[in-house]
Amino acid sequence: MELTLWTYEGPPHIGAMRIASSMKGLHYVLHAPQGDTYADLLFTMIERRGTRPPVTYTTFQARDLGGDTAELVKGHITEAVERFRPEALLVGESCTAELIQDQPGSLAKGMGLKIPIISLELPAYSKKENWGAAETFYQLIRGLLKEKAEDSSENTKLSWQEEGRRPRVNLLGPSLLGFRCRDDVLEIQKILGELGIDINVIAPLGASPNDLMRLPKADANVCLYPEIAESTCLWLERSFKTPFTKIVPIGVKATQDFLEELHRILGMEISSSIKKGDQSKLPWYSKSVDSNYLTGKRVFIFGDGTHVIAAARIAKEELGFEVVGMGTYSREMARKVRAEAKDLGLEALITNDYLEVEESIKECAPELVLGTQMERHSAKRLGIPCAVISTPMHVQDVPARYSPQMGWEGANVIFDDWVHPLMMGLEEHLIGMFRHDFEFTDGHQSHLGHLGGHKSTPEESFKETTQISNNQSPSENSINWTTEGESELAKIPFFVRGKVRRNTEKYARQSGCREINGETLLDAKAHFGA
Amino acid sequence: MGGSTLLKETGPREVFCGLTSIVWLHRRMPDAFFLVVGSRTCAHLIQSAAGVMIFAEPRFGTAILEERDLAGLADAHEELDRVVKNLLKRRPEIRTLFLVGSCPSEVIKIDLSRAAERLNAQFQGQVRVLNYSGSGIETTFTQGEDGALKALVPLLPASKSEQLLLVGTLANPVEDRLKTIFNRLGLQNVESFPPRESTQLPSIGPGTKVLLAQPYLTDTARELKNRGAEILTAPFPLGIEGSKLWIEAAANAFNIDKTLVNATLEPLIIRARKALKPYVEKLSGKKLFLLPESQLEIPLARFLNNECGMELIEVGIPYLNREMMKPELELLPQNTRIVEGQHVEKQLDRVRANHPDLVVCGMGLANPLEAEGISTKWSIEMVFSPIHGIDQASDLAELFARPLHRQNLLSNKTLETV
Repeated sequence: MELTLWTYEGPPHIGAMRIASSMKGLHYVLHAPQGDTYADLLFTMIERRGTRPPVTYTTFQARDLGGDTAELVKGHITEAVERFRPEALLVGESCTAELIQDQPGSLAKGMGLKIPIISLELPAYSKKENWGAAETFYQLIRGLLKEKAEDSSENTKLSWQEEGRRPRVNLLGPSLLGFRCRDDVLEIQKILGELGIDINVIAPLGASPNDLMRLPKADANVCLYPEIAESTCLWLERSFKTPFTKIVPIGVKATQDFLEELHRILGMEISSSIKKGDQSKLPWYSKSVDSNYLTGKRVFIFGDGTHVIAAARIAKEELGFEVVGMGTYSREMARKVRAEAKDLGLEALITNDYLEVEESIKECAPELVLGTQMERHSAKRLGIPCAVISTPMHVQDVPARYSPQMGWEGANVIFDDWVHPLMMGLEEHLIGMFRHDFEFTDGHQSHLGHLGGHKSTPEESFKETTQISNNQSPSENSINWTTEGESELAKIPFFVRGKVRRNTEKYARQSGCREINGETLLDAKAHFGA
Repeated sequence: MGGSTLLKETGPREVFCGLTSIVWLHRRMPDAFFLVVGSRTCAHLIQSAAGVMIFAEPRFGTAILEERDLAGLADAHEELDRVVKNLLKRRPEIRTLFLVGSCPSEVIKIDLSRAAERLNAQFQGQVRVLNYSGSGIETTFTQGEDGALKALVPLLPASKSEQLLLVGTLANPVEDRLKTIFNRLGLQNVESFPPRESTQLPSIGPGTKVLLAQPYLTDTARELKNRGAEILTAPFPLGIEGSKLWIEAAANAFNIDKTLVNATLEPLIIRARKALKPYVEKLSGKKLFLLPESQLEIPLARFLNNECGMELIEVGIPYLNREMMKPELELLPQNTRIVEGQHVEKQLDRVRANHPDLVVCGMGLANPLEAEGISTKWSIEMVFSPIHGIDQASDLAELFARPLHRQNLLSNKTLETV
């Protein structure tokens, strides 16, 4: 048993619903009690969709148990097929139905329906949402294409050059409740179109089962979201020898690398303009003088595997941040995230417990948090600016404007989204210069007000930094700050005060100093060159 | 029993389960904690239903069953003890701990009453442990509150003194207001259940007369009756008419002089009618369709028809307790179509066929109906908003007038494209 007060992922059948709801012409019969219909609001309220998810719940009740729940399942399947006339049917169960072992998938297959039936087995007590989505996508495609795969040896693949056409690829993995997926697809489609690469099928978002039958016609697969599409891409590679991309195009450099990888796979010459990196404003904005204040900003990154890995690279290589902590709740991506963290000299935090993440943020004392909506709350409590980079979805993560994360425009969006919660360079200097004027109160924050209003007094933000430093060294309480030392510390801008306090205490310990006054502070500053 | 047409329907439903009640019960009793013994789905459900995100550490959580818990039940009990111990260590301020049964815990028959007994013995003095079921195979939405209150009834101290007990979670200001009115009628001894602190339980006994403030407390009412209380028969305190009859039921039971009652209520009623008038103008003649969710549908339909002039197409309810609803049904117009249970697809077909001006429904259905051009109102707002009592009648009407008003504001201007 695991005690959970808040969770990053839903159960695996929610993942299956994400696939079903993303597609057209597909229906999902879910053997589940009535309460499980709450899942509809994830789509109709969080995604603000104007259509119900294509899901029929069997709504079994206690009085049905021990009776004929199997007949109930069959009845709902018949009704759903008659009413919605899907091209293919997913049949599965939620956690409760799994326990009563009706095996709705086998029941459905025995009914003689004239459409493909994909039976889902998603172990609700050991797996979670992203796994469920990946497995559903894989089972669906495998179920539809299995026969084609078996005689694929005859389909000797002719390359696009031999056929005298433009190369074409599938975009795999975008789904509802995925972070900015809709816009990512548009952006990648636009970039590839300009480079002379056609899109064969986009799936699951917007595809129908019939569209999926055309997947093998692509020259390559673009794995946009490994959490959802990697297992499918691997199977398509095994069965149809379709190669797939491993790099996710989030950030300027990753987009460049992704395009190079795709060109290589397709046997195409890459256009020299791509290498210039001037398609996005991020590189210039990052170089511009106003961004000087971004230098070495300490960031903490937590979210799904794909976005965390991409964020770490952008933070370090494209914005000049220092990544001080990173981690993910995606256990399936743990290995990759660990490897990325190791490259940055860090140990990745792999956890499902948001309190553990909050503790880790506290310990790292970052100046910016890149996380999920939960880290936004944690960061607010700690008085640290935060930008949201990953699911789980919140209605705020489904903006009305075009707002991709991928490709050139995605890099522009990321620059704005990450940098706006911080103070801008000139703003920061001016506040530093004028902070003794009466108009300014210490702890003045960006106009976005990430302190959440209630902690805006200088005393409180001061306490906050004090607290962080105390948490770091509970056993080192023997070091005392003199009143003069404290007042010198208070003159240091609040956004670096925590760091200075920490460094000074570290210096004091190293030099065997028990009391910190103004001089110690200056000594420490000289020592660390901060 | 009135002249309503009572029909039953079975099929796929679109109703929250009883676990969802936690999201208002934990606010009512801040010293209580609700621990769902269930699956990841249950955790995801209350997280999603509770406004999607929470800003502080919540007073509810889930002990998520994992594969190894399903292997053997003895193991599950040990695991539960461990989880509870950890929870209480982290949250020592908890005074009442509800173990809430869910669909999976009921199917695998984890005996939560035994677990509660065991934990009570272990944590005596620090915390009280109770259990009830909020599972979707047993309960719908508001029935969870019925289960939680029923679990508390045995703990109520016995008393023979004359008193009025208001039963059902109300917004604090509404509750204060209702008590003030009873005080004006000379009833000083008015308690409420659930209390604002889980440990401040009201007493119960032969002198207690119970007014149900919410229509979904069937089991609780029965238990209170078994403890000697008298359950007063009345419509529910929604709208001017319902609230008046509800207050009068108590006044009659305590033999309060009718002229005092009239003198107290009449000015309130005159004022409330005045406040209600602009909304009546907006709502009158409009067609209303209520889908089943909160059990408040019948009292709401009665108010919206009788006092606001709305035309009732269909009143859906998750289940019908005929005895409890008798006074409400008597006030409904002849041939009101009441449908118990649900086949959500067929019901939505009827919604579309009847072109209602407003549909009251659950959260999952609202936007799809809006996208079809049908204005909606979330049922769940009724359990979170202060809507009870004479003084609140206009606020209650406003909740229904707002979607129509909004539609008028937008339809001719900004939404041409839709």
